[in-house]
Amino acid sequence: MSVVDQRPGRPAATRSSRGGSRGGSVGGAWRLRRGLAPWAFVAPAAVFFTLFLLLPIGYAVHLSLRGYRVQGGGAFGRREEAFVGLENYTAALTDPEFAAGLGRVLLYGMISVPTVLGFALLFALLLDTPAVRARSFSRTAIFMPYAVPGVIASLLWGFMYLPSTSPMNYLATRLGAGPLDFFSTPFLYFSMANIALWSGVGFNMIIIYTSLRAIPTEIYEAARIDGADERQIALRIKIPLVAPALVLTGLFSIIGTFQLYSEPATLRPLTNTISSTWVPLMKIYQEAFDNDNLGGAAAASVILAVGTLVLSSLILRFFQRTTFGGDR
Amino acid sequence: MASSTHTTARSTASDTARGLDAGRRRHQRGKARGGRSGLASTVLLLGAVYCIIPVVWVVVAASKSPGELFTTFSFAPGASLLENIATLSSYDGGRFWQWGLNSLFYAGLGALLSTLVSAMAGYGLAKFTFRGREVLFSIVLAGVLVPGIVVAVPQYLLLARAGLAGSYWSVLLPVIINPFGIFLARVFAAAAVPDDTLEAARLDGAGEARTFVAIALPMMTQGLVTVFLLQFVGIWNNFLLPFIMLSDQDKYPMTLGLYSFLAKGAGDSDLYPLILTGSALSVIPLIALILFLQRYWRTDLLAGGLKG
Repeated sequence: MSVVDQRPGRPAATRSSRGGSRGGSVGGAWRLRRGLAPWAFVAPAAVFFTLFLLLPIGYAVHLSLRGYRVQGGGAFGRREEAFVGLENYTAALTDPEFAAGLGRVLLYGMISVPTVLGFALLFALLLDTPAVRARSFSRTAIFMPYAVPGVIASLLWGFMYLPSTSPMNYLATRLGAGPLDFFSTPFLYFSMANIALWSGVGFNMIIIYTSLRAIPTEIYEAARIDGADERQIALRIKIPLVAPALVLTGLFSIIGTFQLYSEPATLRPLTNTISSTWVPLMKIYQEAFDNDNLGGAAAASVILAVGTLVLSSLILRFFQRTTFGGDR
Repeated sequence: MASSTHTTARSTASDTARGLDAGRRRHQRGKARGGRSGLASTVLLLGAVYCIIPVVWVVVAASKSPGELFTTFSFAPGASLLENIATLSSYDGGRFWQWGLNSLFYAGLGALLSTLVSAMAGYGLAKFTFRGREVLFSIVLAGVLVPGIVVAVPQYLLLARAGLAGSYWSVLLPVIINPFGIFLARVFAAAAVPDDTLEAARLDGAGEARTFVAIALPMMTQGLVTVFLLQFVGIWNNFLLPFIMLSDQDKYPMTLGLYSFLAKGAGDSDLYPLILTGSALSVIPLIALILFLQRYWRTDLLAGGLKG
């Protein structure tokens, strides 16, 4: 951290005289207060963490093990809530729609995550090149879409994809290329990944650029004296040194990918290629609120959360070993 | 070290080469570097144009009448901007501005409370040694990796039981806990608040609460601004949580409101200019805010976070 404390320490004399004037009993009370202090500081976070993360997770697990059973049999059987074991999980895992949703998210992620990170790294390296012009303008402009919510970004691009309002289509038609269909199936993934690129490239670029700025420039000087050019410096020195930032941004991108919801939900009214269960979260929402299948929705949520957690822990562990091995 | 021998060998070779025709090489290298930075600038400017175009497009589209939107060239401005704003402002009883205020309320108050809770927890975890500290911190780290939105459905069900679903509270309370914010606050408290200063304050007779408010908080301000901004943008951009929690349109934030416009106007292209005008109006103040606050960002905190 580059934080330097500017405050001068208090003179030692004041410290000892004040300390010395305390009586034994006051010291005892002071110690007790100090013992409780960390708990007091952590308490609000612990309360909110428990109420709004742990409790809902526990409740989701509880719901996921319950479902409706028909009691009594025949046409007059009553539907009663009961413990159903792992039935909801097997149902979710064998549900073709949920699996298809997971498949779509994976395909989308395989396109969007490398594209976003690749361009973020490229822009960060270019920003860090000596003698680049309009540096702060480019940095600010590329970062700007971070301020635009996912729903609004999808709206903007959605209308730019929509045949009747699309500027790209206007140009394509003028050039005789005919209307482009940005919503047709293989193209849709790229159209959606493009929204992710537009929204995410700047934020990731800034994080990578910041860690580039933290590298001491003497290293580059030494490399230049050794005859390395800017491209070699970027590939051999800069990229390995910003690997931790790449892992961090990659991890957040992957977690974000599994939570894909607002983009397909916003584009849906503009096209009929996006079904109402296009991604896992849409399916979960539908099960919970339209089909009144809370157990199924809870099981699917747990699967999604555990899957994300396992995948991101594996990635973190793998990269911590390789990129931070010598560091610690 | 093996690498240093290698480097020495390389530098000797290049020294010899430089000695042979130093003048010509220096000239060539200067030219190459100039060309490369020109290429770098061009690529960056293309990236900047790519990022700006949709915003320019939506502002231009907001200035068009419904007829013009589908007939005139995309980037040719119309003259109906004020008219569109007026229609939007009166549409559906002027809900649009209410949505803006709601977003500001959720994001502003939510991020403020979240930052305070994170700062306290981060300070407690960084500056005190107590039993269970490591366990607590591991739980926070696990929380960073749990996709928060996955718990939105059970959160809704629990809040519904408490009778809070559909209220302002239902969108405000769940966003106060931000494990990543706690993580950052801990990193920042550890780096920016020296133990000696705290010890001195305590010996001067300041209580723990006073030490935190008067000594530690001011030292952590820079980092906390980053935590605040991250959470502010996060809440402002949030969609699924209010979508699940709220049914009363008057409580919608901007994202949900504009989405409901679009869902309603799916078959009705007369609503398109209103949606586009609404998007333009909602985007511009936030961009201005981010550009203004950009200088207060401590992104090195984020970049260094993983090492902490």
